[in-house]
Amino acid sequence: MSSDNHQNGLPSALRRKLLMGMAALPAAALLPKAAFAQAPATSAVNTTGLAVTDTTVRVGILHSVTGTMAISETGSVQAEKLAISQINEMGGVLGRKIEFIQEDGASDWPNFAEKAKKLLVNDKAAAVFGCWTSASRKAVLPVFEQYNGMLYYPTFYEGLEQSKNVIYTGQEATQQILSGIDWVVKEKKAKSFYLLGSDYIWPRTSNKIARKHIEKNSLKVVGEEYFPLGHTQFNSVINKIKLTKPDVIYAIIVGGSNVAFYKQMKAAGIDLSKQTLVTISVTEDEILGIGGENIAGAYACMKYFQSLDNPNNKDFVAAFKKMWGENIVIGDVTQAAYLGPWLWKLTVEKAGSFDIDKVAAASPGIEFGKAPEGYVRIHENHHLWSKTRVGKAKLDGQYEVIYETADLMEPDPFPKGYQ
Amino acid sequence: MFEGYTLAELGSIFAMQGFAGLILFSVFVLMALGLAIIFGQMGVINMAHGEFMILGAYITYFTSNFFLNYLPALFSVYFFVAMILAFVGAGALGMLVEWGMIRHLYRRPLDTLLATWGLSLMLQQFYRSVFGAREVGVELPQWLIGSLPVTDVIEVPINGLFVMALTLLITVAVAVLMYRSRWGKQVRAVMQNRVMAGAVGIDTEKVDRYTFGIGCGIAGVAGSAFTMVGSTGPTSGQLYIVDTFLVVVFGGAQSLLGTIASAFVISQAQSTMEFFLSGSMAKVLTLLAVVGILMLRPQGLFVLKVRR
Amino acid sequence: MRSGNIFLKRNEVVFVVILSALLLVVFPMALDSFRLNLVGKYLTYAFVALGLVLCWGNAGILSLGQGIFFGLGGYGMAMFLKLEASSPEHTAIQSTPGIPDFMDWNQITELPAFWLPFHSLTLTIVAILVVPAVFAWIIGVAMFKRRVGGVYFAIITQAIAAILTILIVGQQGYTGGINGITDLRTLKGWDIRTDFAKEVLYFVNVALLLGCLLLAQFVRRSKYGRILVAIRDKEDRVRFSGYDVSNFKIFIFCFASVLAAIGGAMFTLQVGFMSPSFVGIVPSIEMVIYCAVGGRLSLFGAVYGTLFVNYAKTIFSESFPELWLFAMGALFIGVVMAFPNGLAGLWQAYAQPWFDRIGQRGAPRPISPAPISPTAAPAERRT
Repeated sequence: MSSDNHQNGLPSALRRKLLMGMAALPAAALLPKAAFAQAPATSAVNTTGLAVTDTTVRVGILHSVTGTMAISETGSVQAEKLAISQINEMGGVLGRKIEFIQEDGASDWPNFAEKAKKLLVNDKAAAVFGCWTSASRKAVLPVFEQYNGMLYYPTFYEGLEQSKNVIYTGQEATQQILSGIDWVVKEKKAKSFYLLGSDYIWPRTSNKIARKHIEKNSLKVVGEEYFPLGHTQFNSVINKIKLTKPDVIYAIIVGGSNVAFYKQMKAAGIDLSKQTLVTISVTEDEILGIGGENIAGAYACMKYFQSLDNPNNKDFVAAFKKMWGENIVIGDVTQAAYLGPWLWKLTVEKAGSFDIDKVAAASPGIEFGKAPEGYVRIHENHHLWSKTRVGKAKLDGQYEVIYETADLMEPDPFPKGYQ
Repeated sequence: MFEGYTLAELGSIFAMQGFAGLILFSVFVLMALGLAIIFGQMGVINMAHGEFMILGAYITYFTSNFFLNYLPALFSVYFFVAMILAFVGAGALGMLVEWGMIRHLYRRPLDTLLATWGLSLMLQQFYRSVFGAREVGVELPQWLIGSLPVTDVIEVPINGLFVMALTLLITVAVAVLMYRSRWGKQVRAVMQNRVMAGAVGIDTEKVDRYTFGIGCGIAGVAGSAFTMVGSTGPTSGQLYIVDTFLVVVFGGAQSLLGTIASAFVISQAQSTMEFFLSGSMAKVLTLLAVVGILMLRPQGLFVLKVRR
Repeated sequence: MRSGNIFLKRNEVVFVVILSALLLVVFPMALDSFRLNLVGKYLTYAFVALGLVLCWGNAGILSLGQGIFFGLGGYGMAMFLKLEASSPEHTAIQSTPGIPDFMDWNQITELPAFWLPFHSLTLTIVAILVVPAVFAWIIGVAMFKRRVGGVYFAIITQAIAAILTILIVGQQGYTGGINGITDLRTLKGWDIRTDFAKEVLYFVNVALLLGCLLLAQFVRRSKYGRILVAIRDKEDRVRFSGYDVSNFKIFIFCFASVLAAIGGAMFTLQVGFMSPSFVGIVPSIEMVIYCAVGGRLSLFGAVYGTLFVNYAKTIFSESFPELWLFAMGALFIGVVMAFPNGLAGLWQAYAQPWFDRIGQRGAPRPISPAPISPTAAPAERRT
């Protein structure tokens, strides 16, 4: 770990106050009657023709609300809208209310590129919060680089990417995987692993990193399998698991396949209270579909769980439920999506400008203490320093947090020795 | 991959693998039966078949919630109620669709494909707007959860057995209906020669409507059963559609026996290959083999000989 | 039916002029660079729709796998552009510089052999035209020689599209997987991402499209095209007259596939990437729907239909992101139920007679562009 780990451990009450103050101060200064008088002139904060007026600033939200990915991306849209409304209540950004334009990616990657281009070229959005799958991000990345936009991308992903025009508010693969495997090796005395995944780049890259890490520790990978997206029949692989008897099943299955996988595991008599299963892809959102009773006992390794016990998270969960209904659940990506507008606001205020180049340059070092997951900070490589946690799935569909890393994990999108 | 295992262990693995294949077989038959009626007998290419299945799944979900909240004492039997409701619900929607849309298109089977594709888009969006974009999980009654241990290693999933029993029941019911009942005779007559059937006094419109309704109703029951093994979301239906059509076409579209035989062949092939290869490759190879065989034998495994 | 090989009738010349004026003059002047690029993207689908008019409208062969050929063309072009974008200096941070980034991520250390021809633009263009044709020929021979047609052909081509998608997604080290081949930059050193380049590509695209349209029209108007119509309407009689029906079908299927591949290649150039989401079942069906909306019997209708559906899709999804599928679904159902001959059918039923009345005194009324009357439902046979 590098030297800037000074905020380890539990945040003291004093520090929490300081950090909260930091987030609230500029807003408090701007809120009263003379808000516009104090807001800096538009010509000063916007030199590149973004959609910024004296009273408003326009941003984009770009997720799939239709198609197969709508299942996952709905939560992100809700989180981003919540963050934007909260920021507006506090007086907006540099005295300007945030207006958003929502576009539908429709689970279709080129459509994402088309809509991203519209948001940047036609709507002159000062920032875009959006994308979920790697494929959609890969599709829009050239657009953001060409038209110099700013994308806040919420999903945990495979790494191998870094861009001036993107802030990655989710974890990259090594952050999510390494400490999780270390934990399971230490706590469960695991010696052998069975790696499973849906057949696309994130599970494959993640399993590659996992395999290297496992083999570095002189432990064994006894099987590795991939299934087409949407696959619903897992009985054969469940038999293979029974045959090879791994200590740990390491599952990175996404979307609807999850439901089939966990239901069939349970039906086949694999009891997750005895068989250790670690997943990095099942958030509280997915458990809604899987059903708590089918996955109880499994371990998930990510940076946020709805049950996290800290004041920031309590406020966040309460606000989220107030806006979107009591029964809603919040997963890792939803929380990461919530960070996007806040980090952007803090960065713009630090830069004193909406200009993309200045925002990109000001991003490294931005700290956000009021994050529901706890303190986060933007790294030089535009990813976030964050803790990694292990949760154990309970019957009610929530996770019980049973472990968190002592330090913030350094984001390392191009990990040496894992490629 | 078999070194280091005793013969007994290997035996049990193969037994379980065979059982996994049987479950897949049941799933395929359930999916395909409704379509075998609609596509095989009526010639309608119903691309919205998956959406009818998902309607059944949603009905099951709401029934389970209703029982959980209002009739907790009867929760253990809600599944049977749910299946009946799913049949009625999906069947009623099917009849409505037949009346509003399909009956105008019998002379243009390829156009039914486009129209039902439009229908499937609308149904998906309807589910999303009304039931939410997120997937829902259906809670099963206790007796359907878990497995029966046969030996130390062999465990038989109860819901798998249930799906198999259900498949058998529905298959027998459909077979009786088609080949032993008066109505089945009428259906076959209409499909073999519509004009002639009309001439001998069969109400072809009514037969069409009920046939389509029953096909959709069976899809609804299939969807209800799939809540035990798969996911329920607005777009889950699309996952099944290609497999389903291939099963029906591979069997020889007009033959019920062919549908069952082809479901058996495809499921066993896929299940066995999945054991030795990765999931993706197994799927590719199965589909390739099916397409290859269809190219050699385009009429499918079983052919009904009809003079036209 | 008229005799003789009249390539274009008088009012069709007018249609060509109107379409060219619309695409070459009106759109470039009225639309900003972003919207023009979108129209360019839509028009790449029109290549597929043209092929489908020949294949489905004319010959009665409904392929639900045109995405396969669109994808083959698109991937061909994308492979060439990706190799150019992966020069050793651009990819110096990789463990193996000089190969595409996604290969490096998948521990591939050497360019696979089937990628090698795509270093050359000439070979790439040859591949874009030949590979889909050969593939279509194999499918065609296997199916049509055995007299598979109608619904069966549709479902089998759909299955092939599904297989190809799973294969591309599964072999991500060689194909880029579900992300596709992204981040394409230059064509022979010429940056294809600038607004100017996009405009140039738009005009190239339109020129190619008009060329393909005329070529397709030529095929339709030839004796060959009329035999296809005969096959569609009464295959057995054509066979008994001594024609080898399957060869005619194979040819038109190959021809349609090459058109689709050209569209795919132009798509890659204008959009800047290619992904398996254009190969599978959904895009393939959508392409059929463009054709159906435009009118399955009219080449011009196919172009307008493609533009109309895509424009509607863009507008709906911008205004009502959560409801646009309802509108699209209703459009498909409406077209199939009420206007089986699509926009072209409407034109022929209502606008054409009116134009004829004021335009031509005494001249025999041309029944065009479709050779059969607009009210007759296209004859498809239940097999």
